[in-house]
Amino acid sequence: MMKELLVILIASSLVNNVVLSQFLGLCPFLGVSKKTETATGMGVAVIFVITLASAVAGAIYQFILLPFHIAYLQTIVFILVIAALVQFVEMFLKKFIPGLYQSLGVYLPLITTNCAVLGVALTNVQKSYGILTGIVNGFATAVGFTISIVILAGIREKLTYNDIPESFRGMPIVLVTAGLMAIAFCGFSGLL
Amino acid sequence: MSQSNEKKNPVAERLLNGIVKENPTFVLMLGMCPTLAVTTSAINGLGMGLTTMVVLALSNVFISLLRGIIPDKVRIPAFIVIIASFVTMVELLLQGFIPFLYDALGIYIPLIVVNCIILGRAEAYAYKNPVIPSLFDGIGMGLGFSVALTCIGAVRELLGAGEIFGIHVMPDSFVPVSIFIMAPGAFFVLAVLTAIQNKVKIIGERKGKDMSKIQSGCNSDCMNCGDTGCTKRLIDERKEQAREEEK
Repeated sequence: MMKELLVILIASSLVNNVVLSQFLGLCPFLGVSKKTETATGMGVAVIFVITLASAVAGAIYQFILLPFHIAYLQTIVFILVIAALVQFVEMFLKKFIPGLYQSLGVYLPLITTNCAVLGVALTNVQKSYGILTGIVNGFATAVGFTISIVILAGIREKLTYNDIPESFRGMPIVLVTAGLMAIAFCGFSGLL
Repeated sequence: MSQSNEKKNPVAERLLNGIVKENPTFVLMLGMCPTLAVTTSAINGLGMGLTTMVVLALSNVFISLLRGIIPDKVRIPAFIVIIASFVTMVELLLQGFIPFLYDALGIYIPLIVVNCIILGRAEAYAYKNPVIPSLFDGIGMGLGFSVALTCIGAVRELLGAGEIFGIHVMPDSFVPVSIFIMAPGAFFVLAVLTAIQNKVKIIGERKGKDMSKIQSGCNSDCMNCGDTGCTKRLIDERKEQAREEEK
C-alpha cells in the first residue's frame, strides 16, 4: 500500500508533470509566473485547493454517484462542487483565518475552475483510485505544478535582463523556456 | 458571401469572424490547454476542434434561448451547467459512435467544460444576441478552432512523424524529429506561433492599424482561463493592482 502511494506520488509530481506533460493548468502557469514570490503563493494555493477538491470529489463519487448509478453525471457534478468549494474556502478563510486569507486570497478566485483541478478529479475516477489514493494523487499533482511554476518564475526573473528578439518578447520566450523544461522533465521518466 | 458592406449577411459575417477575424487560437489565444495537448496529429486536432464546435454551437443556442430567463447574478454557474450538460452528451456520443477518437482525446473531452472559448463566447456573444446569430457565432468560432488545431496538428505530425493524416508524405531520407509529437514540441510550436503573431502585431502597429484585437492568451496573461472567460480576469487584475498599490 505504502509502496503504491509512493509510486503515485513520484509519478504524478515528476514523471507525468501536470503542466509540462499534460498541459493542464497552463494558464496560471504562464500568467502568474512573473515573480517567484507570487508563483510560490499560487503553488501553495493550488496544493491546498486540489488536495481538498480531490478529497471532496472522491467522496461524492464513491458515496453518491456510484450507489445511485449516476456516474455519467461526474463532469457536471465535479465542476459545480469545485466551484462551490473554492468559493466556500475563500469565505471560510476570510472569516476565520484572515492571516492565511491574506497570503492565499488573491489566488483562490484564479483557481475556481482551473482545468488542473477538474483534471485531477476526473483522472482519479478514470484510474479508479479510492479516496485516499485520490487525495495522494491530487496532492502529488499539485506539488508537481508548484515545482514547475516556481522553477519557471525563477528562470523568468533572470530572463528579464536578457536581450530577446523583438517578436519573441513576452509569451513566446516563456513558451520556449517551458518547452526546454519539459525536455528536462522527460528525464524523470526513467525513475519508474 | 455578400459583397456589399451596407447589407451585411449576419450568418456569413459571424462565420468569417470566427474563422479569420477573431480566430480563437491564432488571434485571441484562448483554450490553450487542449490546443497543446491533443495536437499530436492532424486527425486528433480536427476531432477535438469539431467536438468543441458541436458543444459551442449547442451551448450558444441554448444560452441565447435562455438569455431572458437566466438572472444576471447567477449567469456564470448557469452557463457552466449548460455547457457541462452538452459536454457530457457529446462525450457519451463519442464513446458510443467514434470510439477511436474517444480513446485518443481521453480526459480532454470532459475538460472542454473549462475551455475558455466556450464560456467566453457565452458571456461575450450568446447572452446578448438572438438565437440564429449565436448559432453561427458558435459554428464560426468552432470552425476557426478546428482549422487552427488541424494546422498545428499537421505541422507537428509532419515534423515528428513525417506524415499528415496518417499518410506518409516526407521522403525516406527525412528522419522524424520525434520530439515534436512529444510534450516539449507542443510548447515550441506554440512559441513560434505566438512569435509570428507578435511580429504581425508589431508590423501592423507600425502601419498605424488597430491591433488591439490581437492578444496572446487573454491580453498576454490568461490568468483565469476557463473560469469566466476574460471578464472575471479583468476584475481579478484590478484586485491585484489595488493590492500592489497598497504595498
